[in-house]
Amino acid sequence: MTIKETTNLIINEFNQFDDWMDKYNYLIEMGRSVPLIDDTQKTDANLITGCQSRVWLSSEYKDGLIYFTADSDAVITKGIAYLLIRVFSGHTPVEIVEAETTFLDLIGLKEHLSPTRSNGLLSMVKQIKLYAFAYQVKEKNS
Amino acid sequence: MSEISEEKIQSVRNDFPILSRTIYGKPLVYFDNAATTQKPNIVIDAISNYYRNDNANVHRGVHYLSQQATGAFEDVRKKVATFVNACNPNEIIFTRGATEAINLVACSYCEPFLNAGDEIIISVLEHHSNIVPWQVACERKGAFLKVIPITPEGDLDIIVFEELLNDRTKMVAVSHISNTLGTINPVAEIVEMAHKKGVPVFVDGAQGLSHGPVDVQELDCDFYAFSAHKMYGPMGIGGLYGKTSWLEKMQPYQLGGEMIDRVTFEKTTYNEIPYKFEAGTPNVADVMGFGAAIDYLNELGWDFIMAQENDLLSYATAQLQAVEGVKIIGTAQNKAAIISFLIEGIHFFDAGTIMDHLGIAVRTGSHCTQPLMDILGINGTLRASMAFYNTRQEVDKLVEAIHRVKTLFA
Ligand SMILES: Cc1ncc(COP(=O)(O)O)c(C=O)c1O
Repeated sequence: MTIKETTNLIINEFNQFDDWMDKYNYLIEMGRSVPLIDDTQKTDANLITGCQSRVWLSSEYKDGLIYFTADSDAVITKGIAYLLIRVFSGHTPVEIVEAETTFLDLIGLKEHLSPTRSNGLLSMVKQIKLYAFAYQVKEKNS
Repeated sequence: MSEISEEKIQSVRNDFPILSRTIYGKPLVYFDNAATTQKPNIVIDAISNYYRNDNANVHRGVHYLSQQATGAFEDVRKKVATFVNACNPNEIIFTRGATEAINLVACSYCEPFLNAGDEIIISVLEHHSNIVPWQVACERKGAFLKVIPITPEGDLDIIVFEELLNDRTKMVAVSHISNTLGTINPVAEIVEMAHKKGVPVFVDGAQGLSHGPVDVQELDCDFYAFSAHKMYGPMGIGGLYGKTSWLEKMQPYQLGGEMIDRVTFEKTTYNEIPYKFEAGTPNVADVMGFGAAIDYLNELGWDFIMAQENDLLSYATAQLQAVEGVKIIGTAQNKAAIISFLIEGIHFFDAGTIMDHLGIAVRTGSHCTQPLMDILGINGTLRASMAFYNTRQEVDKLVEAIHRVKTLFA
């Protein structure tokens, strides 16, 4: 699936729910499925700064595709991390660098995108893009 | 039941337009008063009235408006002085808020009086604003920061404080009320102990002045800092009380217009206090708003404010304690209406996010007290900080929200 397709799929999943509480419930469910980062990878280098909960995000580059793993001590943050991983994991650096990232707006969890320091969402997106950019540069130079 | 009638509280609530708005379609329950309090109409009106009718620069013109603005501005200085019972209005310096007042003293006092090897005492409970300026002053001068620890309940350990005080101590800087735990510190006792050793005391009153009367002469503190926005007044204004004897010996903080006496290219002499510390055009409009806030508090009276806040504190404490898995962080005997708590097994960010959707504004995180969080061994808390316009029904909504959070994250 392309990034765009997964994004649309997620939007549709969330649009089934009218009630915000159900949306959060679903998000919490999803947090349970996040591909967990290896405990040894829970390093300061993989810690996303600028959020109230601790979030770790790690990436692996295999056969031209990037795979992400994550964890957080907050369940909602973990759910958000999983959404992002569903969207971006298994794509090429170029695809990730060029992807649009407004879908959280569309699923009605907009407040998580607001650039306050309390949530890690923006920082997570930024980190994902940074990883992708780094692999892109590496690829070009090799 | 509380002794205060619901009609009285409702009429007070009507003074605050924001309290009738909704959040996500639910009535706002505002429990973040330690971050900033809401503003009554008379404060909002004072600011807009100033700009509509009275705007002019102060201390500068012979013209009518300027003189009127100057008079009104200086009247608020007097009002603030009376409010904290300073000997003299010249001991009140207007600043942007508590943070600027702390920085002012940390610069203007430490520059002439702090030397290598000296010590400044703060406490574990301090807000970053009452840590970093002293820390940097110490770094600059080769002095040392000493920290008063707390007991498990969240009280300052006064025995250790006494041990920390010595000949090298040049300042004791402590908060009046902890913004995170709500502990009301024994400031008068601290001042007495410090003064016995000839050490001045700076009180960070950012949380102090909104919860009860403050008499700086009775406390005998050397400095007292405050922010109007935590006292139902506007943001961007606050002040510093300082004893004349210190203020006169201290260096100017910022340099520029207003704070000078005579300027030549060879040498500048400085204006007298308080103007020596008020460089540039002051925030006159917000000073007017601050004046209105003080009028408002005087009108309401501390008796009402304290009775209502104490009722809320004991009611909320009992209600929260009755919820399984809720742990109150900070259980000092002497507390203001600020309650930090955790819900077992649930991250404060998760809980706060859901509460927000229920219309309840609580603060989550470290509350600008990271060193305190480190000592407590936690990353943060949920904090409900209450004001006289909050109600028991709102506390019930908070408790209901905690139950929903528990169900959701079970
Ligand atoms: C105890 C304490 N000190 C200092 C401050 C800083 O106040 P301001 O940001 O208004 O300057 C605060 C504000 O949160 C506080 O609670």
